Amino acid sequence: MDIIVSNLSKGFGAKHVLTDFSAIFPEHEVTCLMGPSGCGKTTLLNILMGFLHQDSGTVSGIPKNKSAVFQEDRLCESFNAVSNVRLVCNRKVENKKIISHLERIGLIGSLNQPVSELSGGMKRRVAIVRAVLANSDVIFLDEPFKGLDVDTKKDVMQYIKSNKQDRTVIMVTHSIDEVEFMNGNLIVMEQKAEG
Amino acid sequence: MKDKTINKTKIEKLAAVLFALVVWHIVAIVVDNSMLLVTPAAVVKRMFNLLFEKDFLSAVGFSLIRIVAGFFIALATGSVLAVIAGRFRLAEIMFWPFIVAIKSVPVVSFIILCLIWLSSRTLSVFIAFLMVLPIVYTNMLEGIKSTDKKLLEMAQLYNVGWLKKLKYIYLPHLKPYVISACSISIGLSWKAGTAAEVIGIPEGSIGEKLYEAKVYFSSADLLSWTVVIIVVSILFEKLFLYLLKYFFERLESA
Repeated sequence: MDIIVSNLSKGFGAKHVLTDFSAIFPEHEVTCLMGPSGCGKTTLLNILMGFLHQDSGTVSGIPKNKSAVFQEDRLCESFNAVSNVRLVCNRKVENKKIISHLERIGLIGSLNQPVSELSGGMKRRVAIVRAVLANSDVIFLDEPFKGLDVDTKKDVMQYIKSNKQDRTVIMVTHSIDEVEFMNGNLIVMEQKAEG
Repeated sequence: MKDKTINKTKIEKLAAVLFALVVWHIVAIVVDNSMLLVTPAAVVKRMFNLLFEKDFLSAVGFSLIRIVAGFFIALATGSVLAVIAGRFRLAEIMFWPFIVAIKSVPVVSFIILCLIWLSSRTLSVFIAFLMVLPIVYTNMLEGIKSTDKKLLEMAQLYNVGWLKKLKYIYLPHLKPYVISACSISIGLSWKAGTAAEVIGIPEGSIGEKLYEAKVYFSSADLLSWTVVIIVVSILFEKLFLYLLKYFFERLESA
């Protein structure tokens, strides 16, 4: 089912972040949200993920099983990478599979360390594997490649592309290259005038 | 470098203890009255005698079991109440007057009041419980309230169950709050528990021994039993905190 957003408005006090925003996120496809900072991309994601409630408008077609890479990594810092991924996986996902995915994106040799000891880029990749391996029908990605160097970023984009299966992906990005690489539909959001 | 600093600190502390013992010895010599103050050497000598007295272990055991029981009951109750208060604001408001009352009422008032309600044998359990409860409750509630909301959102999005949330989010976050609450309250429970025993005088307790020392003006006995209380309290604190830290380490490596 497509995710359909109709006439969505959201404000914080006197500041209107989203005004009458409408969009369709086609099922099984990648849709990228672009726009200047403060135009409401993350607010929209937060509404779609169920963390914020819109002031007006409707959202339909959100599946029950969701996964996400947030703007922050949101990892359990004292646990290792495997445990962090294990946290969101069901019992069918074996540790062997988790380890192979983590190693696939370059986390070889760091699997037993608490994630607090990993670099920013490594943490980001743990968060990405967590989102990919979770049992979900939609993946929300909020600037998922932030903090990754060019080569790692390409590798991780390829990893997401090959492992997204038939899930719907909604990705916030500032880079048109990322949109092209992911073969994504593009929605450009505009900065709303104050008032 | 770090090891050197630790060794230096240990040597400094040892020197400070030796200095305090010398001061104590000099004051005892100057006072020259064994009823008022005995020398550290006399206390050590009396302690060795105490160790071989037939009711030494039973007195230590009597007080240890009761004070430790009070501590554990308070740890469990304080944790449960903090979880409820963290979940329901109304509960936090309803608990507030009780916690403030327990914190502010002088312990001796509770002891006398409890002597009317309870037998002197169970008094120290209840008094240790009352001393520990507000500390555990306050620390745990603060910890629960400051749990990372963003991690909880993540858990909500991924439909993480409550047991996993407890293991991965709440317990690691609460670790410093629990350790701090326990390290503060163990010492307090011993102070208040033995004070309650001195007033209630339950037969066969350390408190009774302290009371007898007062009746017979035996400062050697008084100071020896005091040293016993300090040693048992510190040993229990070290052992419990070691087990607690071990539990958290195992949790995080599992």
